[in-house]
Amino acid sequence: MSVAGFEVEVDRGGLETEEMTLNMGPQHPSTHGVLRFVVKADGEVMRRAIPDVGYLHRSIEKISEKVGYHGFMPYTDRVDYVAAMFCNQGWGMVTEKLADIEVPKRGEYCRVIAAELNRIASHLLSVGTMILDIGAITPFFHAFREREKINDLLEELCGARLTYNYMRIGGVAWDLPPGYEAKVLGFLDQMEPMLEEHYSLVADNTLFRGRCADVATIPAAQAIAYNLVGPNLRASGVRYDVRRDEPYSVYPELEFDVPVGTGIAGKVGDSFDRYWVRVLEIRESMKILRQCFRQIPDGPVVTKVPRKLKPPAGDAYIRVESARGDMGWYAVSDGSDFPYRCKVRTGSFAAMSIVEDLSPGLMLADLVTVIASLDIVAPEVDR
Amino acid sequence: MDAASIHSRLREKFADRVTSVEEAVKDPFAVVEAAAIVDICRFLRDEADLGFDVLSNQSGVDYKAEGYIEVVYHLYSYPHRHYAILKARVPRDAARIPTVEGVWKAANWLEREIFDLLGVHFIDHSDLRRLLMPEDWVGHPLRKDFVEPAEYHGISTSRESLLR
Repeated sequence: MSVAGFEVEVDRGGLETEEMTLNMGPQHPSTHGVLRFVVKADGEVMRRAIPDVGYLHRSIEKISEKVGYHGFMPYTDRVDYVAAMFCNQGWGMVTEKLADIEVPKRGEYCRVIAAELNRIASHLLSVGTMILDIGAITPFFHAFREREKINDLLEELCGARLTYNYMRIGGVAWDLPPGYEAKVLGFLDQMEPMLEEHYSLVADNTLFRGRCADVATIPAAQAIAYNLVGPNLRASGVRYDVRRDEPYSVYPELEFDVPVGTGIAGKVGDSFDRYWVRVLEIRESMKILRQCFRQIPDGPVVTKVPRKLKPPAGDAYIRVESARGDMGWYAVSDGSDFPYRCKVRTGSFAAMSIVEDLSPGLMLADLVTVIASLDIVAPEVDR
Repeated sequence: MDAASIHSRLREKFADRVTSVEEAVKDPFAVVEAAAIVDICRFLRDEADLGFDVLSNQSGVDYKAEGYIEVVYHLYSYPHRHYAILKARVPRDAARIPTVEGVWKAANWLEREIFDLLGVHFIDHSDLRRLLMPEDWVGHPLRKDFVEPAEYHGISTSRESLLR
């Protein structure tokens, strides 16, 4: 029997053994949200981990048909409350595509500033909780201390810490408050040394590397077949980022790199790569934020849009690079002011589906590492 | 490749199994026969110049007035960076279509969701059971004629308005 690279001889000494069926969740400290796994295990080694999702299904897609285009914006926050700005932006963009609405330049920059701040916050949460699940407590608090500062910044921007409802169809709700640039740049300046401290505390730690390196390696072909997106896909070596390759908003005017996994701790596409790509992306987001504040023009932040917005009949599909990868928004309009159908295809949905096929041969403790490294959040899976 | 070229390649290979194309819209699409979907998808994935290696989205839309459910496939190609959109229509009262799970693994859960919420049966799917709703749920919630049951396991689904 081979376990994570070791050859293990199990001498059962004549004992009868049988496969156990264990239940992990839906309430569990290490699953990211309300997720349930039925784990068939042979001792410590899993045979299969079958996910059971739907505990957080709130029929958000059906609700869109009842509340209309404008009214749906607060609901989109709840699709992924950890990175809500991207959901706002996705809904805004698909409706703007359906109805041919153009967002003013300053509005686009406000969107990108809010989104990139949210990306940093989301990655800090992802990285912090991954470390916490693996067993280290202190780096979690370091990550969350920085995330609290971002929450304060976003609260100043739009009044909410987590479910922002900041964006509107045609732009954003409010302009940046006075003095915002100084606050955000001040935060970025003090965060850079914190990131360095974090690297030395976590990424160079042998125990952390031992838990993550070579665990659940996903080769690029498998990642593409399962439609893994975002940092999960980039960790497997596929250099694809919607902001770079299908640019939207003002990303064509911004310069940033797209980090990919290089197998620095083990193989390309293992759990450590997925963690490391997120850490590098925080740095890229900081670069983008600085450029945005240099380049942001004056002007209105939102286009006037009728209260009863009736896009012409038809459908539209857009993708926005959320913290968890590209989030596809598909909307069908029948010419009335209520969407006929709205579908969100999220990054965590595919990530959750691949866990079952990664699980044979992993240990129970590795299941936690896999879920955390894939950055699965329950609201995205269930909607 | 632009949509028109992709559609003409499809028409060349599959003739009248491609029922119609719509190119004068923001997201050009091709409507195809439900029975031909697997062959068409495999062709789109395996041809070198088409190379649609990823199923970006698969959704079902219930067109109650027209009497069909449309399964929409959004395909994308990482090597060529182009899109294709396929639509297949199945009658609402006999909603069956072959699964494309053999072409893209991503279809597994996407199809389970369409089965769960819209009641489309995917032929030859390896594990077609409900995904988001509980296993013993009756009905398909995203259908336009779905009526919410009055209670579920003794818990009422409505309550008196708290506002007076």
